Amino acid sequence: MAGSTHASPTADAAGVASPVKARTRHVTPWTEAWRRFRRHRLAVVSAIILLSMIFAVAVGPLLWRVQINDIDFTAQLQGPSWAHPMGTDDLGQDLLARMLYGGRISLAVGLAAMSVSVVVGTIVGSVAGISRGFVDSALVWLIDLFLSLPQLPVLLLLIYLFRDSLKSLVGPQISIFILIVAGIGSFRWMTVARLVRAQFFALREKEFVEAARALGASTFRVVVRHILPNALGPVIVAGTIDVAAAIILESTLSFLGLGFPADIPTWGRILYDAKDNLDIAPHWALFAGGAIFLAVLTINFIGDGLRDALDPRRIL
Amino acid sequence: MLGLGLTAPLAAQMLASSGVAVAADAPAYKPTKRGGGGALKVLWWQGATLLNPHFAVGTKDQDGSRIFYEPLASWDPNGNLTPVLAAEVPTIENGGLAKNGLSVTWKLKQGVKWHDGQPFTADDCVFNWQYAANPATAATTIGSYQDINVVKVDDHTIRIEFEKPTPFWADAFVGVYGMIIPKHIFEPYTGAKSRDAPANLAPVGTGPYMFVGFNPGDLVQGKINPNYHQDNRPYFDTIEMKGGGDAVSAARAVMQTGEYDFAWNMQVEDEILKRLEAGGQGHADITATGNIEHIELNNTDPWKEVDGERSSLKTKHPFLTDPAVRQALNMLVDRASVHKFIYGRTGFDTANFINNPKRFVSPNTHYEFNIDKAAKLLDDAGWKPGSDGVREKDGVKLHIVFQTSINAPRQKNQEIVKQACQKAGISVEIKTVTASVFFSSDVANPDTYTHFCADLQMFTTTMTQPDPAVFMRQFLSAEAATKANKFQGRNITRWQNPDYDKLYHDAESELDPVKRAALFIAMNDLVIKDVVIIPDVYRTLVSAVSNKLHAPVSGWDSNFWALQDWYRDA
Amino acid sequence: MPASFRSQRKPSFVSRYLIRRLLITIPSLLGISIVLFTVLALAPGDPFGELASNPAIPPQVQAALRLKFGLDDPIPVRYLHWLTAMLHGDWGFSFASRVDVDVLILQRLPTTLAVIGASQVLALLIALPVGIYAATRPYSLFDQIASTFALIGFSLPPFFTGIVFILVFSIHLNWLPFVFRSDLAATGLAWWWEEFKQSIMPIVVLGMFQGATWTRFMRSAVLDVIRLDYVTTARAKGLPESGVVLKHIVRNALIPVVTLIALQMPIVFGGAIVTEQIFRIPGIGSLLISAILANDTPVIMAVTFVFACLVILFNLIADLLYGWLDPRISYR
Repeated sequence: MAGSTHASPTADAAGVASPVKARTRHVTPWTEAWRRFRRHRLAVVSAIILLSMIFAVAVGPLLWRVQINDIDFTAQLQGPSWAHPMGTDDLGQDLLARMLYGGRISLAVGLAAMSVSVVVGTIVGSVAGISRGFVDSALVWLIDLFLSLPQLPVLLLLIYLFRDSLKSLVGPQISIFILIVAGIGSFRWMTVARLVRAQFFALREKEFVEAARALGASTFRVVVRHILPNALGPVIVAGTIDVAAAIILESTLSFLGLGFPADIPTWGRILYDAKDNLDIAPHWALFAGGAIFLAVLTINFIGDGLRDALDPRRIL
Repeated sequence: MLGLGLTAPLAAQMLASSGVAVAADAPAYKPTKRGGGGALKVLWWQGATLLNPHFAVGTKDQDGSRIFYEPLASWDPNGNLTPVLAAEVPTIENGGLAKNGLSVTWKLKQGVKWHDGQPFTADDCVFNWQYAANPATAATTIGSYQDINVVKVDDHTIRIEFEKPTPFWADAFVGVYGMIIPKHIFEPYTGAKSRDAPANLAPVGTGPYMFVGFNPGDLVQGKINPNYHQDNRPYFDTIEMKGGGDAVSAARAVMQTGEYDFAWNMQVEDEILKRLEAGGQGHADITATGNIEHIELNNTDPWKEVDGERSSLKTKHPFLTDPAVRQALNMLVDRASVHKFIYGRTGFDTANFINNPKRFVSPNTHYEFNIDKAAKLLDDAGWKPGSDGVREKDGVKLHIVFQTSINAPRQKNQEIVKQACQKAGISVEIKTVTASVFFSSDVANPDTYTHFCADLQMFTTTMTQPDPAVFMRQFLSAEAATKANKFQGRNITRWQNPDYDKLYHDAESELDPVKRAALFIAMNDLVIKDVVIIPDVYRTLVSAVSNKLHAPVSGWDSNFWALQDWYRDA
Repeated sequence: MPASFRSQRKPSFVSRYLIRRLLITIPSLLGISIVLFTVLALAPGDPFGELASNPAIPPQVQAALRLKFGLDDPIPVRYLHWLTAMLHGDWGFSFASRVDVDVLILQRLPTTLAVIGASQVLALLIALPVGIYAATRPYSLFDQIASTFALIGFSLPPFFTGIVFILVFSIHLNWLPFVFRSDLAATGLAWWWEEFKQSIMPIVVLGMFQGATWTRFMRSAVLDVIRLDYVTTARAKGLPESGVVLKHIVRNALIPVVTLIALQMPIVFGGAIVTEQIFRIPGIGSLLISAILANDTPVIMAVTFVFACLVILFNLIADLLYGWLDPRISYR
């Protein structure tokens, strides 16, 4: 919940503020945000790691030329070696190649689905949070409806209805991507919406909102410039969790035939395929699980840094 | 006769019982008294959802019912009949079988009682026939009872009469479709009221165990039947059939932790099974079936819509009707690797569509895996590689959509086929459909296997009895699946060949078992020669069994066909 | 405005709000049920599909069954049948097992509450203290370790951690059974011990997964509050740290946490599908997934309808709790 004024800077043990210096320089909000982000060392390191991961999966397959579906029965379930730096799976396929190829999809799906759910959830939550009466009740009903829908039949229906038309529009790969991102996003936005709405309930009574209104700010400006930045805390956490959930959900969907085809080695899929051989070939699951964990970890610390950077009440 | 590959004793036996052999001897049963064996715990990774055998959908329900109900006779692992509620198996010699193939007379065992003490008589058999044949009941066993007439001869004899000479007479009252329910309990609930019977959930049968409890999808519980009609049986005091979960963890529960004694249908890679067996607590029991995992080739064009129908009989497939392409594809399926690295002991490479019972297996076919030869065949037929490496001729590219249901071994199988095809210049797109949709009969859904909106598809056809008559219907011209018959026809490849139709109709009325077997072999050869389908591996039934448990399993009947004979080493 | 004046006016607003929300509940439930029913009716899949793939079963059987269950009627007709039956207390009849749906649900309810419910409680018991403590000492060793474990917790799905647990505790160490049995033979204390042994793994697997996300949210919510003026004031007044934490920090940080808990409560009824599958727990989640895969529409409809009622109920409770947690919230 938000308070109204900062605690005294001298009482803050974590920050070493030099308020005098900050007040005499003229900075735009964005440079200020960037400066604060830079001070958050963990966030910067995480950003570098995440960018390297993205770079690796984008460029890696061009450098590491082993095919992802080169079946080689003489090399089944081998541990890491020079020929196969991440080992092989039960068909002898090279895991590094599969991880790089699948990483593109997993990271893209994870980030895209997270963006969809965060954006849609924030918009719906803000509108519901700032309005009263009928609009709020209608949006609450919408949120409850989506929360009640059983995911699997809805996804089956969506894919059945839209797959062919999308396929003819944008091609098979992108159509599946759109369907999966829409599907996963459509089941995670409700949490964000309710969190944002709850934050709004508390924040809209605050004095600074009254003050902004008294100064003539339109509702839109009040929401975007004053309330939303204070409401971001839970949204950022939800975003992090959504990335992990999206990557895992994609693998569950592919297991049920609704995600990418079974021969596309997304990270969640690799983890799922590896689960029955955990006792004799742990490397298979460890690399996939580790990659997902690393992506989630870096996004989490970036989120922490973002919150510290953007939150107007922080005094770093 | 011998030239057909049949040995003399087998042929003689077949003649005696019109093609249906009688089992030689029962498996050895050691315990000398009834009961005292404690609890039998079995694990089915799909739980039984109902306990009336006439409504059973799939083996899980049949197995659940089989704990309590019994048929007149069961099929043993070799495809031979063993009497259960019958006094003996009808043969020509004992007068049970009519020489003209128009009737069968069953003598019922004396002194059999239902679990509530009432006697089992011929009235119960006649009632079962009426119950199942009544369309208002919508019984799933109707196929075995609708074209016959059952007459009560006396309290312990019935006669089944057929309209035309029927070579395969062991359908009604036999095996999974033949379980008998009591007339005195079900009589008030026939026709449209059949679903209201309380006994649907609390069975009263003649089986070795009596009903205790049932949670649909989860648990079936039974206790020993003290008045069971065979001596010294059953051995166990209680039985518990737990449902749910997946096959691998079920295997672990039997072979690693010993929490359960038996697990059903181990659709698990053989590598994993072998590893678990090494633990020394359990083993994989493997028994033959007639089930064949095969690849179907579409004879019609799935990409052209005619009168609102895809894969319509009015179209012809652009390249799969070219014999060279079919032969090439036949050479691009690496069955040996599929057997060795995926299925292991659970699936064996084969060149035939009919692989069991042995008397129907053709010795005239063989398979070959040779990418270069396939490539040469295609080259010679005019299919030259285009700029992208994919072969084409007259503007038609060899691009194949290959679909199957979601199932880890099947996906690996697809990968292997895809790789070989790509090396030969055929491009393959893999499509997987969730099993409940793929195997559904939804008229509007193009992803079902009967719609066949793909070029190739792969699945297992099950042989539910040790006789190929029903099995081979799927190649009849009249059975072609079309929009008009709501895609319910069994002929999904939509292949139509008058020679095949003639062979089939001849076999339907051929009473000489040797000639009949020859006809089926000829049908198999025709299908293989024209590459209507590509046989992949023939499947065995694999169960996980605790090393101390003796549990004879049959691939032609329910897993519980001999439940009364199960016992555990002390 | 002075606090006393506000609290005088508030009750009438709260009760008006409550009445308005309750009045809306019935039509909103109806609306949700219409959408649910339509989705299920339009979704591909067929309850009698297995019959089609069996060569021994003639197509008339399927046609007869479809007729009997009214599957070929138009959707609005089928919906009205369902609605009138529901209002009479008849929840429908499962296609797959030919049993009344309410019997099926009631059979599984105790196990679901015991196992899945316990895991939610465990998650709460982990998340609240850990999250709060980590936030009071941000970036300390405790916080780093707790955060890392939380991140591991929700990036590894239950299907994975469940299998790891089974491998370690059931197969390697042979301490715990991994197949859940709803018919334990023992009685008295022995029954409780057996029940504990077979429930502890799924409870921990699910509880850890849930607890991981809640820890992060709790920590974030407390961090939002911890540096604000009234906290400093409370400390300056000499209040003991525990009092500061409990009365000032936690209560104000609870709004997002209450939101989340309200969102998660309905999951107990039908949401823990994967965990129930892995451990073979006969809960409502596994009933739902097997009904979905078998296209057993009456069961799916009944379970999702109860789920919808729970969603609406818990979200309403959460909305009311906001007002109690933060007196400044008004319900206009």
